Amino acid sequence: MITTIVRITKYGWQNFTRNAWLSTATIAVMVLALSVFLGLVMFNVMTGTIISSIENKINISVYFKANTAEDDILNVQSQLKSLPEVASVDYISKDQALATFEEKHQNDPTISQAIDQLGSNPLLASLNIRATNPNQYQIIADYLNNNSSIQPFVEKISYAQNAGIIDRLNRILTIAQRGGIGLTILMALIAMLITFNTIRLAIYSNRESITIMRLVGGSNFFVRGQFLVEGAVYGIVSAIVSMVLMAPVIYFISPYGTTLVPEMDMWHYFVSHSPLLFLYELLFGVVLGLVSSFFAAGKYLRESQA
Amino acid sequence: MIIFQNVSKTYKGNGHSSVALDNINFKINPKEFVSLVGKSGAGKSTIVKLIIGEERPTKGRIIFGSYDVTRLKSNELYKMRRHIGTIFQDFKLLTEKTAFENVAFALEAAGAPQTEIAELVPKALEMVGLSNKAQNFPREMSGGEKQRVAIARAMINNPDVIIADEPTGNLDPINTAEIINLLLKINELGTTIILATHNKDIINHINRRVISMENGQIVRDEEQGKYILF
Repeated sequence: MITTIVRITKYGWQNFTRNAWLSTATIAVMVLALSVFLGLVMFNVMTGTIISSIENKINISVYFKANTAEDDILNVQSQLKSLPEVASVDYISKDQALATFEEKHQNDPTISQAIDQLGSNPLLASLNIRATNPNQYQIIADYLNNNSSIQPFVEKISYAQNAGIIDRLNRILTIAQRGGIGLTILMALIAMLITFNTIRLAIYSNRESITIMRLVGGSNFFVRGQFLVEGAVYGIVSAIVSMVLMAPVIYFISPYGTTLVPEMDMWHYFVSHSPLLFLYELLFGVVLGLVSSFFAAGKYLRESQA
Repeated sequence: MIIFQNVSKTYKGNGHSSVALDNINFKINPKEFVSLVGKSGAGKSTIVKLIIGEERPTKGRIIFGSYDVTRLKSNELYKMRRHIGTIFQDFKLLTEKTAFENVAFALEAAGAPQTEIAELVPKALEMVGLSNKAQNFPREMSGGEKQRVAIARAMINNPDVIIADEPTGNLDPINTAEIINLLLKINELGTTIILATHNKDIINHINRRVISMENGQIVRDEEQGKYILF
């Protein structure tokens, strides 16, 4: 059995190396398909970063009346924290709010002077709330508005002012996520079909050899095995070439992505995740190569039989 | 031993059917040299295809040694084929393999050990006079050389039978004579030979058993026959 597997591997490798033009053409198409696949992985990472970056910018702030005791605010904070829809609640005291405000406007002497002249802190204490899911801000806002133990302390809730924008952002995010998934499935399907047909064509040119091998006593396993090895080699070589070719592409477009979303560094992601990305490509390429070869060789094996 | 019992073969397609073999009966004994003769379309190649299991009969039974060819599943055919050497008019060599590899393939497929391959393949190539072309690819060889590689491949497994379907159809008279002499030599060593041909000179020269066919039927079966034109 080991001898047979060694011979099958030898023949698969021979088929690959001795049909140089056919192998090159097949690999060229597979590299394109795998690069599309890698592009999709990068696209999903990119949209994921953009979405989480936007999500992080959405929050609700509850401003408390100036005379509200800090204990009452902290009580509201712990009530909110117990809600499953709430991811985090940050307390910003009047003093913290003033410090942040002054820091933000330190280069604007008019505002600094105005604050000084007031003599007291005009800013309100607030709770900054982040939801676990952007769709849940409405639920949190309703909770704040309808809770009679919280209402007496509340001066204003920022959600009412930003509801329209948050709602629109939510819709855009949902569409982007769904579109991303749809596009990924569609492009992956196209890449799979292209790969399948390319390998089928490569094996089509070997259909005469399949018939001959069977005529001289080759079993189905012995004949098919060679093409499975060949298909796997196509997958491995294509994955390597695709990674090498995509590296400079990602390197050059990465700065443009960072301009768009500062948190996004595609090149850094590519480098730090390159073993995993290569593994994805290898799996995609080898599995596709094996499956395509299996079916294509099977077709010509059946045709060569009575 | 090969036995054909009431074998018929009809090809069907596009609403038409054509009878290739019509109720054929014959028996070929071990170590015989049998020529199947007849015009194109007489049914010679169909008999060859039926013996090696490339086609299935529409009716009847075919026995090859201990195998009932008509009942063999397609994924079991290879076991029987390892007892048969085949030679074709178009050589049917693996184009991306050298002469050595083409001959070795039959042994490798049968699971022969490497030491045996290293010993037998050069001997087979030497017997067909191609020791100097062992590392050449088929595209680097003449028609006669290719056919000699095919003969070396056919005999490498020490088969019970060698079936040659128009082996000299693409060759000049000198190469034709060499190929036929090789087949006679292999037969003398004890291998049954079935030669399908429409070459009158070959048949009349070798003076062995001749099965003459016409329109899918056997019209003559003589122990030391001649090719009689109809």
